[in-house]
Amino acid sequence: MVDLIRQLGRWGLRVFARLGRGHIFLAHILAGIPSVLVRFGLLVQQMFSVGVLSLLIIVVSGLFVGMVLGLQGYNTLVDFGAEESLGVVVALSLVRELGPVVASLLFAGRAGSALTAEIGLMKSTEQLSGMEMMAVDPIKRVIAPRFLAGFISLPLLATIFTAVGVMGGFFVGVGLLGVDDGAFWSQIQAKVDFYEDIMNGVIKSIVFGFVVTWIAVFEGYDAVPTSEGVSRATTRTVVHSSLAVLGLDFVLTALMFGNI
Amino acid sequence: MHNSKTVEIIVGLFVAFGIAALFMLAMKVSNLSTFSDEGGFSVTARFENIGGLKVRSPVTVAGVRVGRVADISFDNNTYEAVVTMNITSDYNTLPTDSSASIFTAGLLGEQYVALEPGGEEKYLKQGSEVRLTQSAIVLEQVIGQFLYSQAEGGDK
Repeated sequence: MVDLIRQLGRWGLRVFARLGRGHIFLAHILAGIPSVLVRFGLLVQQMFSVGVLSLLIIVVSGLFVGMVLGLQGYNTLVDFGAEESLGVVVALSLVRELGPVVASLLFAGRAGSALTAEIGLMKSTEQLSGMEMMAVDPIKRVIAPRFLAGFISLPLLATIFTAVGVMGGFFVGVGLLGVDDGAFWSQIQAKVDFYEDIMNGVIKSIVFGFVVTWIAVFEGYDAVPTSEGVSRATTRTVVHSSLAVLGLDFVLTALMFGNI
Repeated sequence: MHNSKTVEIIVGLFVAFGIAALFMLAMKVSNLSTFSDEGGFSVTARFENIGGLKVRSPVTVAGVRVGRVADISFDNNTYEAVVTMNITSDYNTLPTDSSASIFTAGLLGEQYVALEPGGEEKYLKQGSEVRLTQSAIVLEQVIGQFLYSQAEGGDK
């Protein structure tokens, strides 16, 4: 019995220690950001590998998510003779929820895991300690540019996802199913508010970008420097950031739209 | 790795693409291009029953949207709902004896406030109150009245 409690205590201590390390690490990253802004080339390089290379999966999935929403929404709405509202269904669900959330999940899988694996391998091959030996701060040189790149890229990717998704819904609804073109857009413009809906979606994606990249770089930096450790850290990045995104999404939705 | 100049150009295009997507959402998907809530004046109206009217519901004159419902509150003394409407300043020539009614767009659509212009020379301005109001039609009441009148008719 005492053993069980001790196990629980050890587990709790480990979780809290990790949490604490994560926050100290975050403080170091934030302190390192000004030096990234000076060396702009590093940031651009990382924006390329984190943002631009994720563009394809984001655009393709956005298109298909929008198209599926168009089909499913149409099937439901046509029973009520309200198929003109298809645009509103597609646009509101994408702008408020699916855009930020699905883009973040894809980003965690595509870019977050790559960040963790890259940093974890750098650690296990002692490149990070090598940098420290040469009096180069690895947090400023390696971590902070990646963190900032992810933080900037995800809101852009989520916005692209939403825009492409709305276009996908438009293709299916207007092109394939014969919803009226004018009604589609005018209903959207009547019901979707720029500040209430679109900006709240953008704020969500900014928060998710922060959390997902933070988890990714921390897991890489904190990985056990073996091949197994790196693979575990990569798995943890995807699992933890997906859970964090979904949990935070509920909190943010409750704060923004829930009248709580 | 790519040439750093190409990388910079591609990243620049990526950022521009993201901003363009936001711009497209703002202009095409939201109400930013068609209607802004800023400016205008607010008038109040009292209704016995507002049905399903909500904040941000449209306010129309002759079917054209001229504003939005800004606030809905309850008067403890008269047991009436006080609806504050924000009307765009372009439409500042509505007579003071205009009447306000709550209608439903379509059978299952959302409810909106329709203003019917009167014949007074003075115009509604900031803080005015619309005196003539007609409450929302609650479907259950209408059906109830219909059944009641049917039953009365049957007795004759």
